[in-house]
Amino acid sequence: MNRRREISRISRRKLLGSAAIGAGALLSGCDQLSGNAGFRKLLSKGEDANFTVQRSLASRNALAAEFGEDKISDIFPANGTRYPNLPAYAKFAERGFAGWPLLINGLVDNPQNLTLEQVRAMPSQTQITRHDCVEGWSAIGKWTGVRLSHLLNLAKLKKSARYLVFHCADTLGGIPYYESIDLIDAFHPQTIIAWNLNDEPLPIGNGAPLRLRVERQLGYKHAKYLVRIEAVDSLTGIYGGKGGYWEDVADYEWYGGI
Amino acid sequence: MDSEKTSIGPNMSDTDTPTGNSAARHNWLTRIWHWLNLLCLVTLLMSGLTIFNAHPRLYWGDSGNVHDHAWAAVASGPDDAYIRIGETIIPSTGFMGHWRDDQGRIQNWAFPSWATIPGYYDLAAGRRWHLFFAWIFSIGLACFMLASLINRHVQRDLHMQRDNWRPAILWRSVKTHAKGQFLHSEGGAIYNPLQKLSYILIIFVALPLMIATGLAMSPQMNAAWPWLPEIFGGRQSARSVHFIIAAALVAFTVLHIALVLVSRPIWLVKAMTIGQKRLSAENKS
Repeated sequence: MNRRREISRISRRKLLGSAAIGAGALLSGCDQLSGNAGFRKLLSKGEDANFTVQRSLASRNALAAEFGEDKISDIFPANGTRYPNLPAYAKFAERGFAGWPLLINGLVDNPQNLTLEQVRAMPSQTQITRHDCVEGWSAIGKWTGVRLSHLLNLAKLKKSARYLVFHCADTLGGIPYYESIDLIDAFHPQTIIAWNLNDEPLPIGNGAPLRLRVERQLGYKHAKYLVRIEAVDSLTGIYGGKGGYWEDVADYEWYGGI
Repeated sequence: MDSEKTSIGPNMSDTDTPTGNSAARHNWLTRIWHWLNLLCLVTLLMSGLTIFNAHPRLYWGDSGNVHDHAWAAVASGPDDAYIRIGETIIPSTGFMGHWRDDQGRIQNWAFPSWATIPGYYDLAAGRRWHLFFAWIFSIGLACFMLASLINRHVQRDLHMQRDNWRPAILWRSVKTHAKGQFLHSEGGAIYNPLQKLSYILIIFVALPLMIATGLAMSPQMNAAWPWLPEIFGGRQSARSVHFIIAAALVAFTVLHIALVLVSRPIWLVKAMTIGQKRLSAENKS
């Protein structure tokens, strides 16, 4: 019996020992794998599956939840750029963004050269929605703006247009911020170009004077400080080619639905 | 408990018992699923901690951010760090929120590099690991649930008979565990009532809840299934529940491994791997 106990004690130690060695190997292995382009590509198949499955689960116009006034966050956090460092931006800010330009061009028949005043005069809608940051936090805000579909109908997309690229006035680490979405989200009834947050003009930290709201995707997709909307047939060749600042710089997923 | 009657694992016979000579083995599906789950548990947990590090605060309700009250948080400063749960503060300098990496530099991420995948902060990579293995895990769980209902593993081995629910029976099981006898069962069943209960809770409650709370955090899923975050009380509540169950699964795994080690490690590992081989080392003794 004693001998038996001893044997089982040894095997326990062996088991624990090999478990520790295994764990160590696994850890350093994971880091090597994380840096391996092929493995990252394999892992991203999970994201591809998310895109396909989620898009088929949600109907084209499935709406993001809307909330009551009582649920509005006391303070809506500002993330990423808090104040664009372009000298021209400060000048616009000084005069309440009067004359701020919004261009719509690329694969359109009728390019638009709008000002903030013209955009604000367009038919507007207001929605109280939840903003979900990729980092994990959420905030609820009341957004007012014009449906992107309204702008796109004015500009008349060409048949070849497949994506919309949102060019921004801010840079992060010297690189211009931009984002892109496909036409399903572009024509979604809650996708708006917003100028108000909680009934006030957008604060600078939240993207004054115009920003994108694409309610079924994560926060980094909601481009702030909008100056130009470009219709394109492919995202390759635009900046880093992955469809957005964070996508290019840090390998964030282009599809921010999960 | 009568030692001749103790048994674990399917296909039990006297020689298949922990006190017998040979190890019975589990159904091949159970064995594959068990080790696949270990892989998924480790990768999902550790990549999940990378994601948690991006915002180490937990909230109740629909929304929550730095300006709101967090029911749990890791707070790090230049000199120290602490974990706060409710009003309770636990100093964590040295292991969470303020620790040295292998180059001796101070890091302020909540979970240290040995606990995360990757072992350095990379939210995009952490999310890729997490969402890839989430698929493997979910498909595996769905297959196992379906198969073990069809092959009657659930009805035969895991089903809590009416007897099992009797407080006296449950209490006896607790007492037997407390005495250090873990490989006992009731009425000739394979698992004892506490084992059955914990396996059922894990397989049919905790694991599906992990998937549901995970999906409840997805903005696109929220549009597809608006009721999903609502059943947990909002997206941030779902995130909190996701984290709490993850912690419970870690506790279960630690307990599970500890019980294997103090019971009959070789026999039990064989039952979950190659099985049917003679336990030669033990036979010679």
